[in-house]
Amino acid sequence: MFESPDRLLLGLATGVVFGFLLQKGRVAKFEVIVEQLRLRDWTVVRIMGTAVVVGSIGVYALVAIDEASLHIRPVLLGGVLGGAVCFGVGMAVFGYCPGTSIAGSGEGRRDALVGLAGMFTGALGFVGAFPSLQPLIKGMGDWGRITFPEVTGTSPWLWIVGLAMAGIAAFAVDRRAAHQRSPRPKRLSTEPHS
Amino acid sequence: MHQQGEKMIDAVSQKSWSPYVVGSLIGILSWFSFATADKPLGITTAFEHAAALTWAAAIPDMAEQHPYFAAKRAEGKPPIIGWEAMLVVGVFFGALLSARLSGDQNRLWVPPMWERRFGPSKWKRLSAAFLSAALMMFGARLAQGCTSGHGISGSLQLAVSSWLFISIAFGVAILTALAMYRGQGVQDV
Repeated sequence: MFESPDRLLLGLATGVVFGFLLQKGRVAKFEVIVEQLRLRDWTVVRIMGTAVVVGSIGVYALVAIDEASLHIRPVLLGGVLGGAVCFGVGMAVFGYCPGTSIAGSGEGRRDALVGLAGMFTGALGFVGAFPSLQPLIKGMGDWGRITFPEVTGTSPWLWIVGLAMAGIAAFAVDRRAAHQRSPRPKRLSTEPHS
Repeated sequence: MHQQGEKMIDAVSQKSWSPYVVGSLIGILSWFSFATADKPLGITTAFEHAAALTWAAAIPDMAEQHPYFAAKRAEGKPPIIGWEAMLVVGVFFGALLSARLSGDQNRLWVPPMWERRFGPSKWKRLSAAFLSAALMMFGARLAQGCTSGHGISGSLQLAVSSWLFISIAFGVAILTALAMYRGQGVQDV
């Protein structure tokens, strides 16, 4: 029922760093998540995009020197599509995703804390209904545990360099937009509403 | 050294860091978790396992007879309190620590933005939070991942399932949020 104490401690330490970063990144906040979904605050995309680019370089490098192995989830089409729709509606109403709701609870947010009980209930429902969910999960097809490099027969580094270049371009555009915004004098208070 | 120490203290007492710094550090943390634990960063597997163990404790026959347990035994991934569960516990305390060190604790029952749109009722917000969180977790387990497991860890592995999941999940979430808060101005965060 329990893994070894050193595994538990390792998980705890990794989690503490993860939670610390989520809180410092301001994504433990309802408003930041919802305003991202309303396309008005790009904090979530900036964090996730950077994490994916930086993460992919190191993880594929570790795999190349045999120090890590990939853990790919299968494309069970019904499960992924049905799950994504439930997840999307749930996240928009809740205003947190699973990791950020735990971080939000750590920040003191009571609605996030109540959501943890909701998430546990959702997990109870999933396990209980597991047999009857199988036709939905597997019924639309199983493409297996595939990656884009495998499917296209290309090097993963082609994809990683592509992602990194897209990331750097987005970062440059973002910086330029911030630079253009900042020198402008604040005139909001003197201008009448039209 | 002394100056570096002060800089560290200054950094942890700030309420926010650049999203690019945070994202880079999460990326590096994912190298660490692959290298040390042979696991991607993910949150919801731990909830599924805790739920399964709860079922088994409540109905002892279930661990023997319910197909969930047979399926997970066959996969070699029986429910367990392990690295993933402690990761979840750690996220809570890590965020608590960061919020304490920066004085950024928000003991809110109803987020102001929700209140402006749906009113100050605590029970309305909490029941919506409970139900939506349950739906979100149910969806995450159907798809075998969440914003962390698919969105970050799966995407960085260039997994087809993860890019598919996160595109659709965010697409649906964007449409839902736009509909829910239609006509609301930009919120102060």
